[in-house]
Amino acid sequence: MTPASPRRAAVLGGNRIPFARQFGPYAKASNQDMFTAALEGLVARHGLAGERLGEVVGGAVIKHSRDFNLTREAVLGSSLAPQTTAYDVQQACGTGLENAILVSNKIKLGQIESGIAGGVDTSSDAPIMVSEKLRRKLLRLNRGRTTLDMAKGVLAIRPGDIGIETPANTEPRTGLSMGEHMAITAKKWGITREAQDQLAAASHQNLAAAYDRGFFDDLMTSYLGLAKDQNLRPDSSVEKLAALRPVFGKGENATMTAGNSTPLTDGASAVLLGSEEWAAEHHLPVQAWFVDGEVAAVDYVHGDEGLLMAPAYAVPRLLARNGLTLQDFDYYEIHEAFASTVLSTLKAWEDEEFCTERLGLEKPLGPIDRSRLNVNGSSLAAGHPFAATGGRIVATLAKMLHEKGPGSRGLISICAAGGQGVVAILEGA
Amino acid sequence: MAFTYGQLVSGGVGKQLATTLGLPRPARLRRHQLGGSLVPGAVLVAGHGDAPVAERVRHLLEDAGVQVASLPSTSVVGVVLDLTAIETPADLETLRSVLGPALRTLAPTGRVIVVGRPPEGTGSVSQAAARRSLEGVVRSVGKEMRAGGTANLVLVDDGADAGVDATVRFLLSGRSAYVSGQVFHVGRPVGELVAPADWDQPLAGKVAVVTGAARGIGAAIADTLARDGATIIAVDVPAAGGPLAEVANRLSGTALQLDVTAEDAGARIVEHAQARHGGFDIVVHNAGITRDKLLANTDADRWDAVLQVNLLSILRMNEALVPAIREGGHIVHISSIAGIAGNRGQSHYAASKAGVIGMTQALAADDAVLAKGITVNAVAPGFIETEMTAAVPFATREIGRLTNSLSQGGQPVDVAETIGYFAWDANRAVTGNVVRVCGQMLLGA
Repeated sequence: MTPASPRRAAVLGGNRIPFARQFGPYAKASNQDMFTAALEGLVARHGLAGERLGEVVGGAVIKHSRDFNLTREAVLGSSLAPQTTAYDVQQACGTGLENAILVSNKIKLGQIESGIAGGVDTSSDAPIMVSEKLRRKLLRLNRGRTTLDMAKGVLAIRPGDIGIETPANTEPRTGLSMGEHMAITAKKWGITREAQDQLAAASHQNLAAAYDRGFFDDLMTSYLGLAKDQNLRPDSSVEKLAALRPVFGKGENATMTAGNSTPLTDGASAVLLGSEEWAAEHHLPVQAWFVDGEVAAVDYVHGDEGLLMAPAYAVPRLLARNGLTLQDFDYYEIHEAFASTVLSTLKAWEDEEFCTERLGLEKPLGPIDRSRLNVNGSSLAAGHPFAATGGRIVATLAKMLHEKGPGSRGLISICAAGGQGVVAILEGA
Repeated sequence: MAFTYGQLVSGGVGKQLATTLGLPRPARLRRHQLGGSLVPGAVLVAGHGDAPVAERVRHLLEDAGVQVASLPSTSVVGVVLDLTAIETPADLETLRSVLGPALRTLAPTGRVIVVGRPPEGTGSVSQAAARRSLEGVVRSVGKEMRAGGTANLVLVDDGADAGVDATVRFLLSGRSAYVSGQVFHVGRPVGELVAPADWDQPLAGKVAVVTGAARGIGAAIADTLARDGATIIAVDVPAAGGPLAEVANRLSGTALQLDVTAEDAGARIVEHAQARHGGFDIVVHNAGITRDKLLANTDADRWDAVLQVNLLSILRMNEALVPAIREGGHIVHISSIAGIAGNRGQSHYAASKAGVIGMTQALAADDAVLAKGITVNAVAPGFIETEMTAAVPFATREIGRLTNSLSQGGQPVDVAETIGYFAWDANRAVTGNVVRVCGQMLLGA
């Protein structure tokens, strides 16, 4: 049964800046710059200048320590009323969608009337850390009170201490990169290179078609000279993708290439949510209802489950709570961290053993109608600035459901580092 | 800042040189200030015969707290001369005897407004000749004006005198700083003439759609209409989304990203305006492009792009906008000096901008438009200081700046002010007009 909800939370619109490739046009833009730009576009589209919203929830996965109040600073730099509260969340690639769940929950509870959920990430303007040894010695040096203390502190630094570390896409507990983790899962589920390349080509073709018909006209705001996702290759094809060399995995099982894995990108997104009353007062048509969300985590550390398989567990729990089957959706938005992530997840849901033993279901969730999957492209084509992906997907899906009509349904599934998965259901209005 | 002739002659040796050689020295123009006076000084109001318009203007000025002078000997900042009653060219002596002396003592940034009747509106050959003479006089006076002064002619149809107030007010004010040597036509109002409660907020409560609003003249139009009280729907292409958002946010308006050439552009504007603002009262079709090339070298794509954006898209959008705009609304098109005088390398651009004039006049006379009491007018900017003209080569740019009666380029706000005037509900007697905002440019005059 659908859980009784005091009132509904509406998705009223979204905005993002086009996603740029690492060290591309946004190389010198900070997370704060980009998130402010995403907010400004959202404010302009919805006429919110000077408005006090219930809250703005943002965040970034790769974050400078100086950005401790990133979202609040972005709000203060925006045209929103400075009385708008803000906070940061960090749940890896699930950040943006988790933020939408948080804001919609507060709206449903009547704690706030409106809010913005979003996220931002830069892989270009990344924080740099010094080596752990050097960091400790520098802190000690900084504590020194006398000249002698300081001289001792300086002398304690050895050439071998000098070194810098940049954030890496590596799991701290396994030492494996996300791609290496995914290669293990892809091999387990027997995901072929061809199937991955097909999914990647479709992502590019779908995204390009969406641009061509003006679908993103009211979902995006140009930034620093970029008006479309830089990673998009409209002429992408299975043949071209087949020519790429694998970058993850080994030997015959090496099926994952730069073409069917998402590249590092920079970007930001934001989604406007509100109560039905607030929306009406502000003359904002409701695009979709944020029905429900669920988060799951898996034990990837001990090899019990693949790193990016948590959504496979979160979705059945969400479906059960809402009395729905996997087939009850008009659109599926499954984040393409890697093409093989999407394919492994879909295959798991069709697998009797996985569904009965792992998920504890009586029978498999079954297949989905693949023509309803990522119909306007997803991360393989658009790129994936970690915390910005949730906002991109919620805004895109809400518009698709609005076009489809009241009662239409969409499912969002986003895998995240740390073996977590964030999923949600939207309903067209 | 790039070197400009205007800076050179504004002081020091340059000023001496310019004065000695009799070179033009651009004056600082008087522009509208929020809360400022209509006109900073006394206005001489005179006329020939019973001069019915002069009587109206006296009342208008007194109500606005402006001192009215009736003798040419007084030093004034403006002259309004009602020659609606002249019958033969001999009656023009009134103009010479009043205006001549007044010009000698007219204060800087002075205004000369001559009011007459259209030559077409009389059966008398002699009267038609006299009426037409006014245009020649006013255009010449415009060229004789000093220190940022302007001269304009207002032709009022028989029985349409009530509609003249808005135009007189506009021409006396700083809003018309860069408008000179123009002929305004005041006819019977298409709807009720409604003066605003506050002349500093003439567009209060109105919703205005401005296309091409992200930068340049379009952004100035949005700024100016918002300053005058309107809520702005700022429209531009998605690629200009960043600067468009800035404009919309600083004006507390809304941004609408779309390509005006899209088939459904008009419908999307209507949908946005109705859903978000409950409707709209003003449309300014400002979006436009240039793709300069000699006609001999212009291929079909280049030709089509200019005509699509500058003319065909507006025709298409108006089909959706006219039925949806509120009764008594105002539509403003942007033509160009190039559309009047033609320009080398701009055959397609001139075609589109001349087409805008034809479209403006025909739409203003359209039955559906008249039935709704909508005015349709156009502005034709001359040399306006924008990012676009800043990129023009030095010599061409300086020629553009200097070959007009005010010896300087206009500002984007000057174009915007004339558009604002077209959008006043007090100004429903002016429709089908094409007003040049060009400082009386020599081209195509």
